[in-house]
Amino acid sequence: MIDFASPRETAAFVLLSLGLLFDLLGCVGLVRLPDVYNRLQAGTKCVTLGTFLLLLGVVVRFGFDAMGWKALLCIWFIAMTSPTGAHAIARAAHRSGVPLAAGSVLDRYQEDGEARDETRDETAASARGGSAP
Amino acid sequence: MSPLELLMAGLLVAAALCLWRAWRGPTPADRTVSVELLGTVMVGFCAVLAVKTGKDLYMIVGLAWSLLAFVGSLTLAKHLEGRRLDD
Repeated sequence: MIDFASPRETAAFVLLSLGLLFDLLGCVGLVRLPDVYNRLQAGTKCVTLGTFLLLLGVVVRFGFDAMGWKALLCIWFIAMTSPTGAHAIARAAHRSGVPLAAGSVLDRYQEDGEARDETRDETAASARGGSAP
Repeated sequence: MSPLELLMAGLLVAAALCLWRAWRGPTPADRTVSVELLGTVMVGFCAVLAVKTGKDLYMIVGLAWSLLAFVGSLTLAKHLEGRRLDD
């Protein structure tokens, strides 16, 4: 429970509230934005920061005991995994042919596509040749 | 309703918005995005539960959930792209 007479717990509650604000706004962006890439950009950055703030609230509330170190480890995991997952999803969406929203003006990834696909085919062919019995 | 319960209610609203996108998402990529975001939001929910109860069991649940959401979204992304897991 939060005791608002203690400045430390009040600071923890402020951090938790900010985290909730960022999480909610990120999820509103996930619902309202027009295509996958916009949703990914709103959702991943905003929700990651919001969860960082929630976990920092745990660290401020409990200090560096068992709970605080677990929260710091959780921050580390999310900092490592969330951008990686977002990158993989964006690339997979583009390669599986999800179209951009109607107002989009530039698609650099598409312009680079042919050269990259040739490289990938060569790599796959050499991998198949190498592993054939 | 205590302040922490208000925070939990707000996080549940955020999770419901993620689930709405997973239900209505026009493409499979939308659903994958919402699964990853749902994992991250629920880690935050576990953090608020840990503050509310003072038990570090909930932080362990959050740790496991963050890694599982990562592995799940990565697997779905590979599947969308039409590649195998060792490619």
